Amino acid sequence: MITGGGEPGCATIAIGRVAVGIRATDAGFLGMLEQRYAGFIDRSAVPHYAFDVCLTPPDDEEADAELRVIRHGHRWQLERGDFRADWDPLLRCGRILQSPNPYSIDTVLRIVHTLVLAGEGGFLMHAASALRNGRAFLFAGASGAGKTTIARLAPRDVRLLTDEISYVRVEDGGFHACGTPFAGEIARSGENLRAPLAAIYLLAQGPENRIDEIPLAEPARALLTNILFFAEDRELVQSVFRSALDCAERIPVRRLTFVPDARVWELIR
Amino acid sequence: MSGKRFVARSTRVAARMIGDETMIMSGADSSLFSLNATASVLWHAADGVTPIAAIVEREICSRFDVDPDVAMRDAIELIDALASHGILQVADAPFAATDVAAEGKR
Repeated sequence: MITGGGEPGCATIAIGRVAVGIRATDAGFLGMLEQRYAGFIDRSAVPHYAFDVCLTPPDDEEADAELRVIRHGHRWQLERGDFRADWDPLLRCGRILQSPNPYSIDTVLRIVHTLVLAGEGGFLMHAASALRNGRAFLFAGASGAGKTTIARLAPRDVRLLTDEISYVRVEDGGFHACGTPFAGEIARSGENLRAPLAAIYLLAQGPENRIDEIPLAEPARALLTNILFFAEDRELVQSVFRSALDCAERIPVRRLTFVPDARVWELIR
Repeated sequence: MSGKRFVARSTRVAARMIGDETMIMSGADSSLFSLNATASVLWHAADGVTPIAAIVEREICSRFDVDPDVAMRDAIELIDALASHGILQVADAPFAATDVAAEGKR
């Protein structure tokens, strides 16, 4: 049964307008969720999906084990060495078996959002994102490209949406970026804000700050390479593929070469 | 592999042409493939009913300045590689229309 986010024993985490209720009987675990997802806890929201967490004793868990996300009819099975989860989007509920650690639930949340977004024309992407002057900017790149660096260099008028995992969804017919609590090296949650996506920058560090046009196919390739998607599901893969290419066609994608100092933000307005 | 065999685009992929490249994403494991102009010609010609030899002759040799034997060898090498990733299907007989992915072009 789905009840309100203020229900005792339930932490409702709302990211990108999708509210996920996490129910547990362990007060310490719920307290950890309230702290970790502080800016995204919504006590007034009725969760779109609710998960019951069944906590197990910490064991020889293998968080590095292969992640599997498999559809059985309309139900999803999510599993890795450190957790096992079942989710029925039609019934809007699921169950998670994990030890009381923050990483397993964080992974489950990321997967659930990728699956929800895939059906709605959005996606999660390896990218930092920030809001300035009412517009959102994404900074994409592989590990070491400078996502955390550009986030750290942001001036005061810039609101950080995330330094690690960007949330892109379609609202009112346009692509919007939303804040996420999925943190990278900064280990600080993004702000729970959203704005129309104005540009996507592919990061490269170099001897000067500059923005360059890139060849026709590169924006699509860059977006597809950086998108997070875990499921072995042809239909959803095709949907994510279409969304990424539509985004690459509609949103300016540029190469941002930068010296690691704050002046790079003079180019981002 | 013989040029008398037939090659079809897998229905388990998403594909779209951007400029003269073709982006293909596998529906099985989300792997991404990018085909150059020559490979894209072969991909779009893989209709499941035209023999490989005919594709090479009509679509490759007529458009590119290439020795027919070299073109055939390169095409078979590419088809083998894409088939090993499940991107193309190869068979001794023509495929039914439903077994071939629709083309996505922009």
